[in-house]
Order: sequence, then C-alpha cells, then structure tokens
Amino acid sequence: MLAALLSGCTGILDPVGPIGAQEKQLLLNSTAIMLVIVIPVMIATPAFAWWFRRGNDRATYRPDWEYSGAIEMVVWSIPALVVMLLGGIAWIGSHALEPSRPLRSAVQPVRIDVVSLDWKWLFIYPDLGIATVNRLVVPAGTPVSFRLTSDTVWNAFFVPKMGTMIYTMPRMTTRLSLQADRPGLYDGRSAHFSGDGFSGMGFKVHAVPPQRFAGWVRSARGQGQVLDGRGYAELSKPSSYVKPVTYGTVTPGLFEAVVANRAAGPVG
Amino acid sequence: MNFVGKLTWDSIPFDQPIPLMTSIVIILGLGAILAWVTLKGHVPYLWREWITSTDHKRIGVMYCILAFLMLIRGFADAIMMRAQQAVAVGQSQGYLPPEHYNQIFSAHGTIMIFFMAMTFLIGMMNFVLPLQLGVRDVAFPTMNSVSFWLTASAVLLVNVSLVVGEFARTGWLGFPPLSEKAFSPGVGVDYYLVSLQISGIGTLLTGINFVTTILKIRAPGMSYMRMPVFCWTSLAANLLIIASFPVLTATLGLLMLDRYLGFHFFTNDGGGNSMLYVNLIWIWGHPEVYILALPSFGIFSEIFATFSGKPLFGYRSMVYATLAICILSFTVWLHHFFTMGAGADVNAIFGIASMLIAIPTGVKIFNWLFTMYGGRVRFSVPMHWALGFVVTFVTGGMTGVLLASPPINFVVHNSLFLIAHFHHVIIGAVVFGLMAGYNYWFPKAFGFTLDERLGKASFWCWFAGFYLAFLPLYILGLMGATRRMQHYDDPSWQPLMVVALVGAILILAGIVLTGVQLYVSIRTRDRRRDLTGDPWDGRTLEWATLSPPPHFNFAVLPDVHGEEAYWSLKQRALQRGRISDEPEYQPIEMPLNSPTGVICAFFATLCGFAIIWYIWWLAILGLVGAFVIFVWYAWRDEHEHVIPVEEVQRLERERRRIRTELLHTLSQST
Repeated sequence: MLAALLSGCTGILDPVGPIGAQEKQLLLNSTAIMLVIVIPVMIATPAFAWWFRRGNDRATYRPDWEYSGAIEMVVWSIPALVVMLLGGIAWIGSHALEPSRPLRSAVQPVRIDVVSLDWKWLFIYPDLGIATVNRLVVPAGTPVSFRLTSDTVWNAFFVPKMGTMIYTMPRMTTRLSLQADRPGLYDGRSAHFSGDGFSGMGFKVHAVPPQRFAGWVRSARGQGQVLDGRGYAELSKPSSYVKPVTYGTVTPGLFEAVVANRAAGPVG
Repeated sequence: MNFVGKLTWDSIPFDQPIPLMTSIVIILGLGAILAWVTLKGHVPYLWREWITSTDHKRIGVMYCILAFLMLIRGFADAIMMRAQQAVAVGQSQGYLPPEHYNQIFSAHGTIMIFFMAMTFLIGMMNFVLPLQLGVRDVAFPTMNSVSFWLTASAVLLVNVSLVVGEFARTGWLGFPPLSEKAFSPGVGVDYYLVSLQISGIGTLLTGINFVTTILKIRAPGMSYMRMPVFCWTSLAANLLIIASFPVLTATLGLLMLDRYLGFHFFTNDGGGNSMLYVNLIWIWGHPEVYILALPSFGIFSEIFATFSGKPLFGYRSMVYATLAICILSFTVWLHHFFTMGAGADVNAIFGIASMLIAIPTGVKIFNWLFTMYGGRVRFSVPMHWALGFVVTFVTGGMTGVLLASPPINFVVHNSLFLIAHFHHVIIGAVVFGLMAGYNYWFPKAFGFTLDERLGKASFWCWFAGFYLAFLPLYILGLMGATRRMQHYDDPSWQPLMVVALVGAILILAGIVLTGVQLYVSIRTRDRRRDLTGDPWDGRTLEWATLSPPPHFNFAVLPDVHGEEAYWSLKQRALQRGRISDEPEYQPIEMPLNSPTGVICAFFATLCGFAIIWYIWWLAILGLVGAFVIFVWYAWRDEHEHVIPVEEVQRLERERRRIRTELLHTLSQST
C-alpha cells in the first residue's frame, strides 16, 4: 500500500501549477486538522469497548451513567471548533481559488476556448487563429484563461496536475484560469460522464517553454486543415479515441457560434 | 392499429451473451420456484399469510427479502464493473463494451440506493417501529401493503429491462441533456424513469404512514422524549421522505414530459436548462443520503445501549443532533456541483453548510463512545458491526468534509475519490447498520438466533473487503482517475484496480457467508430457539413480547414510565420478584388482510411497462385497473376482524409463563 501511496504522487498530489499547488496544500492541511480528532476516536473506540468488556473485573460498571453536562459540552464543542476552522479555510479558499478569477501574473494570459464534443475536445486559440483537437498546447509559466462550453451534453474539463476542473455545458459558458509552471506532457480527460464514447475523450496537455510555444504557433498557422462551418459539422459527428488534429485556420467567432448553437454551417 | 407499441423481437438481447444467459438463468430459477410452490400446494398459504398480509411484521420481512435479492443483483453489477476496470487498460477494451458497461453502473447505483438500501431500511422500520412504540400496527396497514407491492413492481420493471430492451446508460441520476430523447432515444431511460416513479409513490406512502404512526399511535405514557432513538431517527427520515420525494417525482415527471411530449424543461434548445434538473434532483438527492443514514444511526444507538448494558449516553443530545441533521440536510444540495461555476460566495456558503452537518454527526460518535464507557460490553455480532461502523465512519466523514470544501472539491469531484467517499459512508454506515439490525432483530422476527461464528466471519470479510476495495479508489482518485470509465489509458492505475477487485471478491465472501449463516441457522433452529423473547437483554419494548410476536404484538398495550420502557419494566419486576399483575383481557380488533396492494401493483406494473413501450391501450387499462381496485377498497364494509378474548388470554398466559421463567433466571444470575 505504501508503494501505491507513493505512486499516488502522480496526480493531484504532484501539481505543476499554482492552482493545483494551493489545492493540494488545502487538502493536506484540512486532512491534518481532522486527523487530530479522527485518530484518537479510532483508537478510543476499540479501547473503550475492550476495557469495558463484560468479564473485565477491573473496569467499573456504571449501569445508570447516561448524562454528564461537562462531557456534552465538550462533545458539541470539539466538532464545532473543527468546523469553524475548516469553514474559515473553505471560505478563504473558495474566494482565492474561484475558477473564473484571473491569475495574478506579470505575463499576459493566453486565451483558449474549449468545446467538448461527442467525444473529443476542441481547443480554439481565438487570438492566434488556430485550433487543435485532443491536444492542448500551452506556454509554461503563463496564465491560461479558458472559456468553456459543450456542443451536446455535459462534460467536465479536467487536467489533474494543473488543478480545478469545471463543467462544460451546452449553450452556457464557464470560465477557468490555470497555469502550468513546469514544462511537460500531462494527461487531461473529461470528469463528467457523457455517453458511450466517454472513456475515449482523453487529451494531452503539452506545457512548453514560451519560445517553443511561439514557434509552434508559427508553424501551425495557415497549415493543415481549415475549421469553418463545414469543418465543424464534420468534426462534431460522434467519434472517440480521436488522434490529435491541428487546424491552421479557424473561422472567427466559432466559440460564440457554438454557444449559440449555430456553428455547424456558414459562420458569420 | 399497433397493439405492441415499440416492442419487437429485437428488444430481446439474443445477440448479447451476458444479459441473455443471465435472463435465462433468472427466468428458469423463478419458474422453478413458482412450480415448486404450486406443486407443493403452498400458494394458498403464501396468498393468505404473506401476499395479502397487512401485518407490519410480515410486510417488513418481505421488504428485507426483496432488499437482500436486490443486494445480490446490485453486487453482481459491482463485481462486473470491478472486473472490467481491472483489465480494460491500454490496448485491452475489457469484456464489456461501453453500451453495456454504462447500463451496469447505472443499474448498480439505482438498485443499490432505491431497492437495496431504502428497501431494507423501510423493511426494518416496518418490523420494528410498532413494536418499539408498543402498538399493534402502523397507522394505515393496507396502505403499507400497497407501498411494499409498488416497490416490488418497480423492482420487477428494473429487472425486466435485463430481458426486454435495455436499462438507462445515463448514471443513477439520469442527468439531462444526456437523458433527453435527443441523446438517449432508447427505452433505457424510460425504464429508469417509470420504475422510480412507481417506487417513489410507494416510498412517499410509507413516509406518510410512518410519520402518522409515530406522531399519533404510541403506547400510553410514551411521550416523544421517551421514544427509543430508532423511532426518532425513523421519524426524521420519514419527514425527509415526505418533504423530498415529491421533488423527485416532479423532477422525473418534468423529464418524462420532455421525453414523451416534447416539452423543453431540460433540453438544449427551446429555452430548456439542464442546470435546473441538476439542482432539483440533488434537492431530493442530498436528503436521500440522510433518509438512509439516520435510521442506521438509530439502529447503532439501540445496539450500543443494549450490548453495553447501559442507557444511551446523552439521549437528548442524540435527539437534537438527529433533528439538526434532518433540517441541515436540506441546505446543502449544491455541494454536489461546486464545479458548475456558481461563484465563490455561493460555493463557500454551501460548503460551510455541509460541514455543519459534521457537528451533530460528531456528537453522535462521541455519545456512542461514552455509551460504552462504564458499560459491560458484549461482543455479539451486532456489536461487531457497530464497532466496525464507528471506526470506518469517522474517516468516511473526514473525506466527506474534504469534499465539502469547494477548493478541494475542485480536484476530487467526479473522481474515484468521490466514489470511495460515498461507498465509505453508505457501506460503512448504512450497510453495516442494516447487517447489525438484521442480526439484532432476526430472533425477534423468527424466534431463533443467527449463528454467531458465521456472523462474525461475514463481518470480517465485509470489513476487510471494504477497505481493500475502496482505499485503492481513494488513491486512484488522487492520481486523477475519474468515475464511470469503461476503459483507461494509464497503466499505473491497473495494480490498484486489481486490488479493488480482490476487495470486492472478499465482500462477495461476506455476502455468501451471510447466506450460509442464514441456512445453517435455519437448519439448527431447534437448538437456537429464543424462548424468552429477550435474547440480548434488551431495553426497548420490542423485547417485551414473544419471539416471534403474536399477530397483535401486545395483548395489553404496555404502560410506559420513563425512557427505556422495557428496561424499567424488567427492573421493577426484578425488584418485586414477580411480573406485573394479570390484566383483564379484551378482544382485539386487527386489520383484515387485503389483496389491494398486490392487485394495485399488478396494474401499476402493466401500466409502467406499457408507458415504457408506448403501448397506450395497456397503459390506460393499467391506470383504470389500479383506480378500480382503489375504489373497490374504499367502499369496503368490513376492515377489521376480532381476535376473541379466549385466544388473547391463551397467548398472553403463555407469554406470562415464559416471562416468569425468564425473571427467575435473571434474578439468579444477578
């Protein structure tokens, strides 16, 4: 089990960015606070039961002892105090880590629009005029500002090593800011069940140094396939385990058109 | 004109070996049982004594049998999922294709919550509540039978989906838009919706019945603050049923309007909003968790007191804690979707509200501890489950508080960490509670005790199996594994998935041992008769009557002075050296048997099946049939039969003789 625990340090316990790092810290702190109560209770339960077992003559039998104001006071206070502490942490954490909140950084964020399709992920770079499927390329050390929606049913956009997941919902837009500080190749997937192809909608996140990111954008732009109304109609047909694709040209306003449910066709 | 709706020969899965074989085995098995029952001439007995019975004890037992069958069905789904996830990595797609795997996890959740846990608990409440309250039956005995048979009707429909058509592939809560016609055109979602509507009506009737019983029908002198804690937690759970099940019915009804009549409540187009469904379903769904948990807490409270030989510590605190949980459970539903993006204030408020529930729950844990303090603890089977529960539940509660913290929830929501958490509390609290209650009240129901050694063996298999099956899921969740995956790419998940499968197999051993325990105990019942009616040295009124209790429970309703009604009776008798004076007997009026429930459920099943398959003439026939039986019942002239005074006297004198003997044994032992 220990080996398993250590290998557990591959997911959210090994974050690569500030959001995931803070969430991991909150997880560990809250667990530690609760263990202060939980461990004694776990020890006391078998201990009480064993000491007061029938046949142990050294234990005093108090058949009518059923109330003690002092103990009542303590048993209400202990969980109440713990919850006050944890509640404070939750309140501060909820505000500090609100998904839609932009990250504080000297670096200009990259804007990426995410569309979950049946069953793959479309990533549109509206400022760069390119798009990818099932491959998210981001510059390391740079905040990424996502707008997310879904083409058909709900999904949840989740890159465990980067932190916070968020639902993608049809005709609605959610917002999320994340950042990868460490360059690398990370797994992403949908965390909300979306039908038969659900297991086949994993994607890869390439966090690359900014210069390489700029190089990738230059090489991608204008190359490869075109994502216009017809291309989108083709892409949105159900499929899963889709190999990564890069589109060098994207019709402007595609994300807004998806949200308005008029993307499959001439986008205007 | 079309007489069979959407039904065709293609609806039967001839091309899918697993469901086909299962169906054949089940149909042959059922056929064999029916044939045996008929040939042996048991049908009149079953009809008279069980099927049409309005006796709360019989109905309770039937609920528990139904729940145990559904435990087996739901567990079969579970072990298939565990086996699939143990192999479906990388190149291998495992042995279950997605369209099958998705039905299995949807059926597993639906069956385990509605038809195992709920059904089992309602069975226990049915059996125990009137006895603990010192009365003869529930407020509405025939309605009780209707509730049971409607539940059975829903169970039948869910299992028919195995043979005819398919079950939902949308998860146990059927989130739209996936569950809308546009994305799930098949009959699976309709099976899900229709069965839950039928069982939902049954459950709501149960809620009304039990709340009325507890509020209006109690033994003389049994004031609210003298009720056993199990009655209190049952009251809270049934109040939650009354408040929340109409929400479920309405929510599923709106989805049905979308699917059947082209409405747009939750569709993507036409102004629908799927977020509304998710809110509504959890406004029912979170209280549902406490509908399950609270009665279990009640069972444990009874067991800690009995097997510690002491009154429950802090009775009033326990009552207040129960009521606090009851109310708070309606204020936390949003914590099931913090990742919807509702905003920091909303998330934080619902997060903190959820954590507040940990306070009364923590109080309960401490009070159980202090119940043992100064006691004389007997490690019988129910006590094993109770101790296993406390040790397990504190960590399950801890992961629950972690999930209630929005910023932490953002990385573990929808992951296997979440799956591990709710199985941790549902198994650790609810299933352990049910097993404890089953071992505890079985002798009361059948007049003989269950085998201790096999009972303990079953406990240890469940206990170890639970940890082996679900600790790996916590770790997998932290590794980023999400729920409901039929296949995954990351090979580092596989070893833990295999460990989880081993855990599930150990739980299977626990279930098998429970079956063996029952079998062995029945075979050796003559050696393990409970001749006293009080095998555990109990404290509440169900132990004051015989095991099994006579049809009318109590010849004379007990007169309650103080908490722990039966314990004080026993103490008084011990002091006086004799049991209470013989009262004057009266003839007793008891409700007549009624076939209303089973006929009503027969028509409800027809109607449900017809709605699922768009066979409209049959749907109308089913509705009319159910209504006619209701009118027929309402117009009846006689609804009670009288047990003559001689019969009452005979049975009660027998009980008094047994009690006097028990008194002698007790006074010699102390």
